[in-house]
Amino acid sequence: MDTIFALATARGKSGVAIIRLSGPNAADAIQQLCGNIPAPRRASLRKLRRSDGELLDEALILVFKQGQSFTGEDSAEIQFHGSPAVSKALLQELGLMHGLRLAEPGEFTRRALENGCLDLAQVEGLSDLIEAETEAQRRLAQRVFSGALGDKAERWRISLIRAAALLEATIDFADEEVPEDVRPEVLEIVNGLSKELKAEIDGSIVSERIRDGFEVAIVGPPNVGKSTLLNALAGREAAITSEFAGTTRDVIEVRMDLKGLPVTFLDTAGLRETSDTVEEIGIKRAIDRANQADLRVFLAMGEELVAGVEHRPGDIHVLGKADLQESAGFAISGKTGQGLDKLIEKIAETLEERASGAATAMRARHREAIKTAYFALKSARANVQGESYLAEIAAEELRSAIRALESLVGRVDVEHVLDEIFSKFCLGK
Amino acid sequence: MFHVKQWDYDVLVVGGGHAGAEAAHAAARVGARTALITLSKADLGVMSCNPAIGGLGKGHLVREIDALDGVMARVADRAGIQFRLLNRTKGPAVQGPRAQADRKIFRQVMQEETAAVSNLDVLEAEVADLILDGCRVVGVVLSDGSECSARAVILTTGTFLRGQVHIGNRSTPGGRMGDRPSVRLAERIEDMGFSLSRLKTGTPPRLDGKTIDWDILEVQPGDQEPVMFSFLHSAPFVRQVTCGITHTNSQTHEIIRENIELSSMYGGYIGGVGPRYCPSIEDKVVRFSDKTSHQVFLEPEGLGDDTIYPNGISTSLPQEVQKAYVQSIKGLENARILQPGYAIEYDYIDPRSLGSGLGVKDFPGLFLAGQINGTTGYEEAAAQGLVAGLNAARAAKDMEEIIFSRSNSYIGVLIDDLVTHGVSEPYRMFTSRAEFRLSLRADNADQRLTPIGMEVGLVKERRKSAFIEKMEALNSAKARLKSHKFTPNQLNEAGIKVRQDGNLRHGIDVLAFPSVSFENLVVLDPDLESTPLQIRRQLEREALYVHYIDRQKREIAAVTRDEAFEIPVDFNYANLSGLSNELRLKLSKIRPKTLGQASRIEGITPAALTLILGKLRQLESRRAVR
Repeated sequence: MDTIFALATARGKSGVAIIRLSGPNAADAIQQLCGNIPAPRRASLRKLRRSDGELLDEALILVFKQGQSFTGEDSAEIQFHGSPAVSKALLQELGLMHGLRLAEPGEFTRRALENGCLDLAQVEGLSDLIEAETEAQRRLAQRVFSGALGDKAERWRISLIRAAALLEATIDFADEEVPEDVRPEVLEIVNGLSKELKAEIDGSIVSERIRDGFEVAIVGPPNVGKSTLLNALAGREAAITSEFAGTTRDVIEVRMDLKGLPVTFLDTAGLRETSDTVEEIGIKRAIDRANQADLRVFLAMGEELVAGVEHRPGDIHVLGKADLQESAGFAISGKTGQGLDKLIEKIAETLEERASGAATAMRARHREAIKTAYFALKSARANVQGESYLAEIAAEELRSAIRALESLVGRVDVEHVLDEIFSKFCLGK
Repeated sequence: MFHVKQWDYDVLVVGGGHAGAEAAHAAARVGARTALITLSKADLGVMSCNPAIGGLGKGHLVREIDALDGVMARVADRAGIQFRLLNRTKGPAVQGPRAQADRKIFRQVMQEETAAVSNLDVLEAEVADLILDGCRVVGVVLSDGSECSARAVILTTGTFLRGQVHIGNRSTPGGRMGDRPSVRLAERIEDMGFSLSRLKTGTPPRLDGKTIDWDILEVQPGDQEPVMFSFLHSAPFVRQVTCGITHTNSQTHEIIRENIELSSMYGGYIGGVGPRYCPSIEDKVVRFSDKTSHQVFLEPEGLGDDTIYPNGISTSLPQEVQKAYVQSIKGLENARILQPGYAIEYDYIDPRSLGSGLGVKDFPGLFLAGQINGTTGYEEAAAQGLVAGLNAARAAKDMEEIIFSRSNSYIGVLIDDLVTHGVSEPYRMFTSRAEFRLSLRADNADQRLTPIGMEVGLVKERRKSAFIEKMEALNSAKARLKSHKFTPNQLNEAGIKVRQDGNLRHGIDVLAFPSVSFENLVVLDPDLESTPLQIRRQLEREALYVHYIDRQKREIAAVTRDEAFEIPVDFNYANLSGLSNELRLKLSKIRPKTLGQASRIEGITPAALTLILGKLRQLESRRAVR
């Protein structure tokens, strides 16, 4: 049986995040990450390392033995510092381990159920949970499949069916009038499909943003009203404001929904020359985060440039404190709300444009599926090109690819393959 | 209440085709007092379509029937006049044994085999009706009004349910050329609330071999080393022959096109759906109009018989048109038609009304097998017959039914497809239908199924001891292979090219390399010399797929887990909140037997499965509390 893992806590930044593992290789995975396995049911601090030895994080590890865990299987929890970067690196590392894969939605619950680890009351409560899950899945699926991914999936589906049909025709209708060697045609389809899947894997980082959120940094010199703007956007006092320059030292994050897009606004320390060590650290952080952000709102009182932060296409320039000064340009005031609508409009417009150009594989799960399919196609290609070509093995690899993509392309029933065979070849003695 | 003082039989089989014969034999083998009722004793074992058994997927089924000690494989071997293993150039998983059979010998041997079974009676009669006790089927009424009681009844009536034979615009009732259809039985079945639909199939005109110009035709010989169906046989029993090959041409197609309106199928005389993989020559000409020629196999029907079955030109055109197009084909210029081709239309029952043991869900005591369930082919029919026979006999003894799964057999794939998805055209087996194709091979049918057969009493002593002996040889050779490890140097010296990676490899690892044969290993380990030839080949076949089979094993484990969750027949889907209406309806109709079967219903979601599982758990613990 596969060992499954998933982030058990909400995505995004948090104090502590938890990854759960369940299945026969759970302890083995912990061994690989930490170098040893802590005693069962005892929280133990361990250093987590990548297979190449690089330190990922220091975390609390909990190991549960079969029969003494939520799922009833050998399982483990990794409680690490809730940084998206660490969580991403950890999930990636686990995904590379033998016998491990990302859990399907509801799979932990399902395993708990199978192993009889939920009591009657919990089972009673399950249907509500499932109803919610179903609804969420349905909505998600609709969102994913109504757009560009739907079209792509349909194209992939047709290609997969065609390639499978060619191979299956030579297998199941060996005695009849089908072309002896379908390899060139199969190869052409497999190559084309691989290329598309590869592009999707590469592009899926952007689409992860659509789900996990874009970062918009508010940057500018001190005391131009950046924190006031953030508070106005957030509708609450998220950042301390004062008339003193340099009030904001650390990066303050506010997550909000901007016209349906998840956006995290970053309020940063005002950028200026300073001799204050703490402020200097704040400024360095501000510059780093601003440069990493997806979009920057440059707030200034005049035409002054901001040192250290690179301006990139789409970034927005506005004049601050519009309540205090007359100006002809695009000016806003966090205090009175002047220009705020226009700014939101502009940010949303820019991000929406980026979102629409993004690759369409939305979730890490989709990306995993596409990756698995991609590697299966690679093996199929190696078999088709190889000296010891066997049609049934190439067909088997293709079937794995189809299975991996099932959640995206919908199920490819053998009837679909047969439909294609019968429409393409005149068969039947 | 219907009171039976003494049951006439444990199991009654209605119909003497391939499903009926296999059903009767299976029931009798596991000890049931069995009777087979047929319109004519002489028709037992008749091959009403082409004179061939096996092929791809179908050959797999025949091997599985043999692994369970069924009759079809043994009879086909005895009657085989040309053996060919299809897909010889591909891997063993997709190789299917096939044979041309002598119709007369096949029928004779089948009748002999049947007569030799002491607890199996053959009754010559027509079944007109079923006897019901409430909704339990407890016997049949014969056309003379007499009754025959039994604890279980198996219907294998093939195409006889309201069968209609078509030649051009002429149509006559009949289940097969020259036979009567079963109309009363069809009406009774309709009254019982079964959902009936219509299918059609066609046959070609039969030709007189003496009037064919064989000298100018291509021949297709059998294999140099014939491969038998039965694990108990090693060589053919009768003289071997060759088949002929010819082709249709543009003139043939022209004749067909000109007369297309006269065809029963194209003239609108037939409404049933036909199989796409066995199209009539009319279909081929119309649907693939760019092709100017189609292959025709000229298959002899027997050693002492000049009748030729021209495989590839089935038709429902009028007789004179058949003559014209046949004589336009090379080598057939003077061919005489012995019996015109015809199409047959018949009723079938939606197989979704069946459980996985082939019992009718709403009528205990009644089982269905063969073409009546919407399948086509002797092999598909026989496979179902075997399962129905076994389970009817077990039902008669109040024993639990035996279910074959998608992960252990093509038989399991066949039945699961039927009872889960139903059919929309005559269902035929293909290897592509088996998702665990690399594991479900014709060569290991015995390893997969004979142990099951032994457990349920289907396998008789002779096969049992042969099987045990084979497994001992196989296991000892395997152990020997695993016991020795070789260095890359040793292997390279023995002519087996491997990388100098310092890894030690044992014999099975080495055998997994595509170009390595068992004989290469004998060089390294002379003790392997004593391994019998048959065992050597089997080990090679197993080694070829070893990596893929490991992967499939994991998938099979997942399937098996879901199959272990049985859903009670009276499970109430209406009470499940969180299930869409569409799924609720589908589930209520199909009533899957296990969670695994439920998962294969089209449109089912993981959430819905978890929901069902949750309810199952709940029911279980409530039962435990009581």
